[in-house]
Amino acid sequence: MSELLRHAWLVARKDLQVELRSRTAFTLALVFTALVLVVFEYGRDPTAVPTRDLAPSILWVTFSFAAVLALNRAFQAELENDALEGLLLAPISRHSLFWGKLAANLVFVALVQVIGLVLFVLFFNVPVWRVWGPLAAVMALASLGFIAVGTLFSAMVVRTRFAELMLPVLLLPFLLPPLIAAVTITAQLLGGRPLSEGAGWLRLLAAYDVTFVALATVLFPATVTE
Amino acid sequence: MTRAPSQRGRWITAIALLALAGVYIRALGFTPVEAAQGPAQKIFYLHVPAAWAAMMSMALVGLGGILFLLLKDERYDRFAAASAEVGTVFSLVMLTTGPLWAKPIWGTWWTWDARLTLTLMLFFLFVGYQLLRGAVSDPSLRARYSAVVGICGLVLLPFIHLSVYLFRTLHPRPIVLKPSAPSLPAEMLVTLLISVGVFTVLYVGFVMQRYAIHADRDSR
Repeated sequence: MSELLRHAWLVARKDLQVELRSRTAFTLALVFTALVLVVFEYGRDPTAVPTRDLAPSILWVTFSFAAVLALNRAFQAELENDALEGLLLAPISRHSLFWGKLAANLVFVALVQVIGLVLFVLFFNVPVWRVWGPLAAVMALASLGFIAVGTLFSAMVVRTRFAELMLPVLLLPFLLPPLIAAVTITAQLLGGRPLSEGAGWLRLLAAYDVTFVALATVLFPATVTE
Repeated sequence: MTRAPSQRGRWITAIALLALAGVYIRALGFTPVEAAQGPAQKIFYLHVPAAWAAMMSMALVGLGGILFLLLKDERYDRFAAASAEVGTVFSLVMLTTGPLWAKPIWGTWWTWDARLTLTLMLFFLFVGYQLLRGAVSDPSLRARYSAVVGICGLVLLPFIHLSVYLFRTLHPRPIVLKPSAPSLPAEMLVTLLISVGVFTVLYVGFVMQRYAIHADRDSR
């Protein structure tokens, strides 16, 4: 087990290091997030719908788009110079490889979400600082299972035609349960109601995360084994 | 080799289509008109069996995927592919008959109710599954990829249902598959069950034909 985690950490560190050195994908994801927020501002009638009512949707639609875009990147880099072959030849288990990729994706998406949240507060003047703790927990819970499926699918779609369109088409149905739960809880939190009110939703998110992290871990070897 | 199942599939389909005509006759002529909904309720004898066949298709796509990954037998992949194609058709039948009924009864073509959302997502999963198959040219890769997507899709459906159900629902409550006895008059229940049987046979006939086509394509 510790060996498994150590190898996963090596893979994740490699991915994050590559990202840290170029910062291209991260910058792209951030600029994209900012632009989606701007589009939202002008895509609504501010006199008809108060920002507070629309805030959870704005936040989560932005996060969803950014996450799907970010996931495309996960295995794209491995295609260059057949880097994936090298990774597969390395004496590490496929499960470590998956967990490493998943961890790197989670860190990547979490960073984009945190900065996206700051921009959101700045642009829309929604006071989230009072609920930042519970909100961060919801963001983590809602992202884990979804990013796990996304990591699994991105390993496949990079080797298909129309990869950039294929991933959202396959992945967006999987966004629905975490999205509904996250939007509902976020609306409750921003409305000043306690996190415990969304206990049923939190349980659903936890069940979703456990199920899909486990399923993706089991299925991942089938996507890369030659 | 592929000729035989295709031929048999055609026969089974022909018999099922004849039986479907029988279902129409029985539903329209020999089953009482529902008191509150009037003749619009007749569509129920097509809508519910189509939904049943679509759900069964997805379950078998997932099962085919599991068996393929475990046994590495390409026949399971072919079966899953055929099942997904047939499932797409049945979910389209379900998605067209539903709004036709909903407009006079609910006053709206579409609503984001739990089961409607679930079936729409089921349709999108079928479509995504086939788009993925079309985008991979290597047969062994295609089989593994589609198995993975099929299995994930099957596991996803209960989560979608649960999450939208918690959110809001308007769809009629279950009237047959529920803990107490079915709250449907015997004649209506019999018509429905016959129709479910016919749609199941139709599924078998369609899948056998599609399977034969896939087998034929793979052997070239």
